Amino acid sequence: MEDMIFYDRLQFAFTITFHYLFPQLTMGLSLMIVYFKWKFLRTNESMFNDAAKFWMKIFALNFAMGVVTGIPMEFQFGTNWAKFSELTGGIIGQTLAMEGMFSFFLESSFLGLFLFGEKLLGQKLHFLTGFLVFLGSWASGYLIIATHSWMQHPVGYEILENGRYVLNNFGDLFSNPWLIPAFLHNQMGSVITSSFIVAGIGAFYILSKKNVAFGKLFLKTGVIFGLISSILVAFPTGDLAAKNVAKYQPAAFAGMEGIFETEEGGAEIVLIGQPDMENKRLDNKIAVPNVLSFLTYQRWDAEIKGLNEFDESVHPTNVPGLYYSYHIMVGLGTVFIGLMILATIQLFRKKLYQTKWILWALLFMIPFPYIANTAGWYTAELGRQPWLVYDLLRTVDGISPTVSSGNTLFTLLGFVGLYFLLGLLFLLLAGKIINKGPETSKID
Amino acid sequence: MEIFWYIVLMTILTVYVILDGYDFGAGIIHLFFAKKEKDKVLITKSIGPFWDANEVWLIAGGGILFFAFPTLYAISFSGFYLPLIMILWLLIFRAIGLELRGQIHNKIWESIWDKAFGISSLLLALFFGVALGNVIRGVNLGMVTDGVAVYEDAYFILPLWNSTFSPQAEHLGVIDWFTLFLGIVSVVALMIHGANWIIFKTNSELNPKLKKTVFNLNIVLLILVITSLSVWHIIEPDPFHNFIENPWMFIFPIICLVGLFGMFKVKQFKKDGTGFLFSSLFLFGGLTSTVASIFPKVLPSTNDVVPSLDIYNTSTAEYGLSVGVYWFIIAIILVAVYMFVQYRVFSGKMDDVGYGEH
Repeated sequence: MEDMIFYDRLQFAFTITFHYLFPQLTMGLSLMIVYFKWKFLRTNESMFNDAAKFWMKIFALNFAMGVVTGIPMEFQFGTNWAKFSELTGGIIGQTLAMEGMFSFFLESSFLGLFLFGEKLLGQKLHFLTGFLVFLGSWASGYLIIATHSWMQHPVGYEILENGRYVLNNFGDLFSNPWLIPAFLHNQMGSVITSSFIVAGIGAFYILSKKNVAFGKLFLKTGVIFGLISSILVAFPTGDLAAKNVAKYQPAAFAGMEGIFETEEGGAEIVLIGQPDMENKRLDNKIAVPNVLSFLTYQRWDAEIKGLNEFDESVHPTNVPGLYYSYHIMVGLGTVFIGLMILATIQLFRKKLYQTKWILWALLFMIPFPYIANTAGWYTAELGRQPWLVYDLLRTVDGISPTVSSGNTLFTLLGFVGLYFLLGLLFLLLAGKIINKGPETSKID
Repeated sequence: MEIFWYIVLMTILTVYVILDGYDFGAGIIHLFFAKKEKDKVLITKSIGPFWDANEVWLIAGGGILFFAFPTLYAISFSGFYLPLIMILWLLIFRAIGLELRGQIHNKIWESIWDKAFGISSLLLALFFGVALGNVIRGVNLGMVTDGVAVYEDAYFILPLWNSTFSPQAEHLGVIDWFTLFLGIVSVVALMIHGANWIIFKTNSELNPKLKKTVFNLNIVLLILVITSLSVWHIIEPDPFHNFIENPWMFIFPIICLVGLFGMFKVKQFKKDGTGFLFSSLFLFGGLTSTVASIFPKVLPSTNDVVPSLDIYNTSTAEYGLSVGVYWFIIAIILVAVYMFVQYRVFSGKMDDVGYGEH
């Protein structure tokens, strides 16, 4: 049994982690492409249109990867998590079906028009198709987070005699207090990814003295989007999301903050330290007293419950994993804010394009928003364990009763091989597009 | 309410087969008939702006199945574990083949992705036919052995094949001679459909040749259809009972036959789209007739212990089904608008639209 659930969990974790590398860029980048296209309509400077078209190429490649790695996600609820699907399908199936009907049709129909229809549509309609692609991708994020929110904080349901959860209030799915902070936090995370890529590629062009004019445009746009999103991801969205965890999943909150025992007179915030699960303490800890209490409840002495207050059976199953995910996310988020503030200052002093070390830093930062976003999702998912649906359905009770672990390992290995190939191809082709650079065109 | 969602689900899946069917078919044609670079590029152009929107119908169908009939979704998806995952891998291969071939201009690169695209299209067409065969044939729900169900709640697991390849064996496999036969029907039908699409959407030099191919394949298809009706008796002793009880249902096989015989006139059609219309009718009629023949069952049981899965014992509760109708109606109107816009902008031949060289 343990083996079986291990491979099922590993396969889901692997496929969803790989998948989410793509939509996070899709969502953020679609916003920035709409911005470039809008600037072009406002100013009629063809450079903005060329910028939009360049990023569309990256977007199209990225979108295709997102589609092909996304289809397996929807299948896997049924193939690997049949019990979970059977018991909760009437509820989470609702939001997932809505995602298909409302956002995927919108996104895919208009992406075709956006990519191939510029000449046929004219500039204004072309902008509109771009906007609709953006809308579709954000709607998809919204409905996925609505599904996620129900699993984190189930609302609007009743339990039938046969053990199935069915919906009894549709509106509750969307007024779930978990939903809006989590959605906005996630969307800001995706804008960070796209901002750092746009800024990082801009820095790359300036440093390599190629496409310098575009490099400056990308850098400037990326830094401004990056500054705004890096701040918003922490405050207010991240702050509100963390308060929800403290309120609705106190054991997960204790785990992610690394609090083993409740402290008298207010909880400290842990900056660094390694959880020692045998002795229930943090090794090599660096912490600031009372700050966590203040951040969470705006009172320096507010009590925050440690893991000791909860029964072992509801402790997060992987406290060190949860703790590290959370601290990696927060740590990187802090670095993002710092770097973007410095870059913005240099931008306004008109020295950014000459400040080499910031350009290099931005270039090397490109992978880190992906790590931060992934770590953020791991925080949410590991924090929910041992539950699949918080406080209702345990993960062990959700798997398919008839699929053997040997079969799951076989498909897991298949996915690993296939996705390794996909990842290589993506990097090769994205590298080729970036190396070729934007094309300057004449507008009729 | 169950019937409403059943009709929705079957409509979405039928639309999926008609739409993704033409791009699978185009892929098979691409594999066997396109020899010149020009023709290969033209075929990929003819489906380029559409394929991912077409696959959304599969995702939408999966979503509706998940939400309206969660028990069916859970039991069948876990029971057909390996074949479904393999379908996913093939869908991935096909998509990357199509999207990547134009990214680098190199003969070897192009031929690798051409083959990936063509072969996975062929295998997918085969697998979807096999899948349909499994649904008609039914499975050993609950894995009943010696009159006792091994698993609760009708859960089962099917290996890819058993040693006898017989649809009547006690322990069934996904692939047996019956399901494989339907797989071949599916390949031939989708080849015709794909060829009709290429004729419809391009000015390819292949078109006159493809018309001949459609005509010849249609003869094969007619023979296959007649054969399948005669072997059906072996699987289901009384395959036409639903039609006899509800004569209006004969509309489905009639539509299927109109499509089938209409295609024999392929060489005389004045408009290039007419053939595509007839092959769509054939697919629509064929699929609806097939699922109607087992209605209200959706996955028949091959044993007497565990009852078949039908739309009533697999659906979610009434409230969820009713509330879904509101958003679904809004959504489907929007989808119709998107499709209208999309196919209107890209109406006519696709020869001039750039594809693969973003």
